[in-house]
Amino acid sequence: MTKTKQVTTTKKASPKRKGKSLNKVKARNGWVFIAPFLIGFVLIYLPMIVESLRFSFGELKFEKTGVVLKYVGWENYSWALFKHTDFVKTLGGSVGQLLFNVPAIVIFALFVAVLLNQKMRGRAIFRAIFFIPVIVSTGIIEFIEMQDQLADAMSQVASGGSGIGASTGGQEASNSFVSVMEVSRYFQGMAVGQELVQYVTDIVNNVYDIVNKSGVQMLIFLAGLQSVSPAIYESCQMDGATSWEIFWKITFPMISPMILVNAVYTVIDSFTSQDNKMMSLINEVYKDSGGNVRSTAMAWIYFLVVILILLVVAAIMGGYVFYQKRDT
Amino acid sequence: MDSTTMSKKELRALRQQQKKEEALRRIKTRDKIPFWMLIRYKYCTLYFAKKLGLAIFRLVLLVGLSYVILFPYLSKIFNSFMGREDFVDVTVLLIAKHPTLDTYKAIIESNHYFRALLNSTTIALMCATIQMLICTFVGYGFAKFNFRFRKLLFVLVIFMMIVPHETLQLSLFMKFRYFDIWGIGGAVSKLFGGSWEGFNLLNTNWPLAIMSLTCLGLKNGLYIYIMRQYFNGVPDELEEAAYVDGANVYKTFMKIILPMSTTMLVTIFMFAFAWQWSDMFYTGLFYTGKHDALLPDIIKIPTVLDTQYAAQSAYESAIRNTSGLLILAPLVVLYLFAQRTMIEGVERSGITG
Repeated sequence: MTKTKQVTTTKKASPKRKGKSLNKVKARNGWVFIAPFLIGFVLIYLPMIVESLRFSFGELKFEKTGVVLKYVGWENYSWALFKHTDFVKTLGGSVGQLLFNVPAIVIFALFVAVLLNQKMRGRAIFRAIFFIPVIVSTGIIEFIEMQDQLADAMSQVASGGSGIGASTGGQEASNSFVSVMEVSRYFQGMAVGQELVQYVTDIVNNVYDIVNKSGVQMLIFLAGLQSVSPAIYESCQMDGATSWEIFWKITFPMISPMILVNAVYTVIDSFTSQDNKMMSLINEVYKDSGGNVRSTAMAWIYFLVVILILLVVAAIMGGYVFYQKRDT
Repeated sequence: MDSTTMSKKELRALRQQQKKEEALRRIKTRDKIPFWMLIRYKYCTLYFAKKLGLAIFRLVLLVGLSYVILFPYLSKIFNSFMGREDFVDVTVLLIAKHPTLDTYKAIIESNHYFRALLNSTTIALMCATIQMLICTFVGYGFAKFNFRFRKLLFVLVIFMMIVPHETLQLSLFMKFRYFDIWGIGGAVSKLFGGSWEGFNLLNTNWPLAIMSLTCLGLKNGLYIYIMRQYFNGVPDELEEAAYVDGANVYKTFMKIILPMSTTMLVTIFMFAFAWQWSDMFYTGLFYTGKHDALLPDIIKIPTVLDTQYAAQSAYESAIRNTSGLLILAPLVVLYLFAQRTMIEGVERSGITG
């Protein structure tokens, strides 16, 4: 506002300018730049979302004239919530898994990122190793592991459940480093609650999973740590702060926005990953129903639940997040 | 006079203090220094011990975690060289007693590894290139231009990131089975009395190309987000200088911005390539029929290998994992070349809330 006023006052002598101002031209170019996204969203994505919503309220009927979508109201939803035997149970289970995973992954990623950010010999090698999971552990590996588990279960059923676990692969060895007994004995000395002990033992036993899932989060934290200006650390050291204090008073607030981003990303990631039980249940229902669309309703319920979780997480953490430049 | 009033003890303390200061000065300036003096004043101090302890702790931790990451792959590699006798033998842990390359041979020949490799490479290269360019373009638009509804549109990008495409799989399938924008084509043909249903794009590369072109591909929302954050950190003066010199927006983008952000481009390319490479959802959805084999198709037990043997499930699991290794091998090679640039790129993006 003030800028345009200035312009008009200083250029009183000159007649009205012709053409558009630079800002307007720039704004128009902005639309051109985001055009691919806009086109995709409006022409392809939006119809898909609408169609998916319509599917969730309908039923496909195969008639002579072709496939007809019949409106059935909330029936699919009530079917999923009240009639399907596994849905609610699986939903609860996968939400619980989510609540277990998010803190574990975020804390672990933060810890490793802080470690990897320090200056030391061989840092490049360690970084290269820690980001291998980002590239490598995706769909296919998960798929193979799922197949292995399936085959194991099959062979155990076939041998009457009495056979010793036939697989001698590295998978098993890597999954249970520490026996639950050992860890809980170690923790019993400290006066912490049973739930915490259980949580820690679970984390220790799932360390392979957690390491594999926290690659991108580590990258995001590392990027955040790099963007904290070294001058702040220096002045803290001048004032005689210990590293512990520096971490909690400087590093932690400075990267708290990243913690929020990572929490949200982790929720989304575990929500869409293939080993998610809910997703496989939805796929199963989709395949079993012979091209019917009941599974869409399930997917929408699940999606709404996750959005709700995201909102709650963002609302709770948003209150504590510290932004350095609030007014930009 | 002073020295006589001082007691012997104080004198010794003073001398020691002087000696220490002298040593520290020489260490700092890297002068020549007697060996024992160096040991005494550099390495036998509390400060050094603390630092050493921390370094050892850190090293142990990092090595341990690296082991956790690498060991499954190591054991898969070792398993892939085992003959089927080795899976029954209890004494064999990692090193095979009957080393063989049969597993590799069988997978490469009877599962048509190279054909699948070629097909998948084509798809992943195409998608990664298009996505890299388009997402950079869109990210630049979101970062540097002030237009109405910018914030709202960016919320839509986040929304797109959140909704998993699995939710939309049926719609996606239908969309590209009967490809037609908003049913316009169908309406037009109906107007002329036809019953055109739209293009059948399944089993071609078109669905993935179209989705990449319109930012709907795998995790494209994330790429746009990363690029926007990066461009937010690029100073405006750079572009203003270009404008003053008479370049328009597009020329500035091509000549100044793109060459400047090579690291970020490599990063996005690596992400897009790797995730598209090992993706099974889209390829499973769009390549349904008897299409040429893609990489996920080679995960099966080759008929050449006889697995009807004592430790059948272990052997079959090893075979599957070997095909997994074969799938990942090109990716790992690419990663080794690009990792330095990639990590640097992510660090530079300065992602903030």
